[in-house]
Amino acid sequence: MMINGESMNAFDETAINKWKSYLLIFCFSLIIVALGYVFGKIYGGNNPSIIIFFMTIAFIIAVIMALISYFLGDKAALSISGAYEANRRDHAHYINSVEGLAIAAQIPTPKIYVLPDEAINAFATGRNPETASIAVTEGALKKLNRVELEGVIAHEMGHVKNYDMRLMTITVILVGLIALLSDFFLRGMLFGGGDKDREMNPIFLIIGLVLAILAPIIAQLIQLAISRKREYAADATGAVLGRNPEALANALKKIKKDNIETKHASKATAHMYFSNPLKEGFWNNMFSTHPPLDERIRRLEAM
Amino acid sequence: MMSPITIGIIVVVVAIIIYFIAAYNRFVVLKNRIDNAWAQIDVQLKRRFDLIPNLIETVKGYAKHEKKVFTEVTAARTAMMSATTLPEKAKANAQLSSTLKSLFAVAEDYPKLQANQNFMMLQEELSGTESKIAYARQAYNDSVLSNNNGVQMFPGSVVANMFGFKQREFFKTDEVEKAPVKVKFE
Repeated sequence: MMINGESMNAFDETAINKWKSYLLIFCFSLIIVALGYVFGKIYGGNNPSIIIFFMTIAFIIAVIMALISYFLGDKAALSISGAYEANRRDHAHYINSVEGLAIAAQIPTPKIYVLPDEAINAFATGRNPETASIAVTEGALKKLNRVELEGVIAHEMGHVKNYDMRLMTITVILVGLIALLSDFFLRGMLFGGGDKDREMNPIFLIIGLVLAILAPIIAQLIQLAISRKREYAADATGAVLGRNPEALANALKKIKKDNIETKHASKATAHMYFSNPLKEGFWNNMFSTHPPLDERIRRLEAM
Repeated sequence: MMSPITIGIIVVVVAIIIYFIAAYNRFVVLKNRIDNAWAQIDVQLKRRFDLIPNLIETVKGYAKHEKKVFTEVTAARTAMMSATTLPEKAKANAQLSSTLKSLFAVAEDYPKLQANQNFMMLQEELSGTESKIAYARQAYNDSVLSNNNGVQMFPGSVVANMFGFKQREFFKTDEVEKAPVKVKFE
């Protein structure tokens, strides 16, 4: 990739991401319809009203979840992590860097927060660039040099600019909806919900079981793959904005050496961070929201 | 009943109209992006312009006799004020950056000045403004590049010609400007 705008433009990345969001919603909708159809065949036979009832309930729950996380998710993430607002006296360079990179990305300046945490990390949150916030840990402010910090902020600005938080929110909701439907189904099987005498088509029963078990796992894996892809994209956008992929690579190297878990981060919020807040290890890598540090460093250094 | 040829013609015409609308809107977006980036450059240039008198006052308090540097910075600042066209502004900006650089170099000989809270704050602000100017210029030049590519390449060039979208001028820099003020931070 060339950094000087010609071959890749940070603005094109944003447009591509919007299309991917639509494609994603479409794919997940297909899975949801398939689940609904098979479950309906099993439970409802030729009477579709039961499954419509379940689908409606699942849909309503998902929409409520969606609205809550869409409108309150950013504030919740900030308050859970104990973030406080940065001030010009103590964090002049940090604030100036965020303002500068927002100018480079041609978006409004996000709100700027500090996380009371010794690990080197950062995250971005908000529905769109207008409501975005960027938070950096105290550890990052202390241990990274000025250029490296700017690299990290450039990466976060990449997330904001690319509408990644929106994409990830939508993904999490759709995965949740699929998990919910599968759960309904499996519980129904366990407790033999409804009419025992009704003849069930055994083929549909097997398909239903397999679907109910596999669908949530597949959905989860798709979500993780998207998340990892967005990390690479944010690294690339960050490099285009900050014009300094090496600084970002150096920051990642420092994180690797540090290898401290970020407090307040859990599987639920891991996808928002700059680097995986949980320690690397076989299991965490398999189901990780972030690509391995070494691969990210390699790609940045190849730019 | 329409013949296949009529339908074919209608489809092609509709496709062309849709393309024209899309291309037109794209040029409008690019134009706004360029104007917005330019406004940002102006804001940051103004900000730096406003910081300088304060800086000179502070430095004077410790290094009264470094008159040459003060005169140079003040002259560059005045030149900045009178610059109106883009190349003039670019040149004045480069000049100002380079004189500020020598001012900070001089300041390094005065440890008491280096320890002054006000000076440290001004130094941080000026370096921040300097990098914001660079980022704004980068956004401006990126947008100009996209615009100029669009205006020159076929078939976008047809739309651009029709509605008067023109190539825009880059904010060029010379070697002096490329190396931003080297400020020492502990």
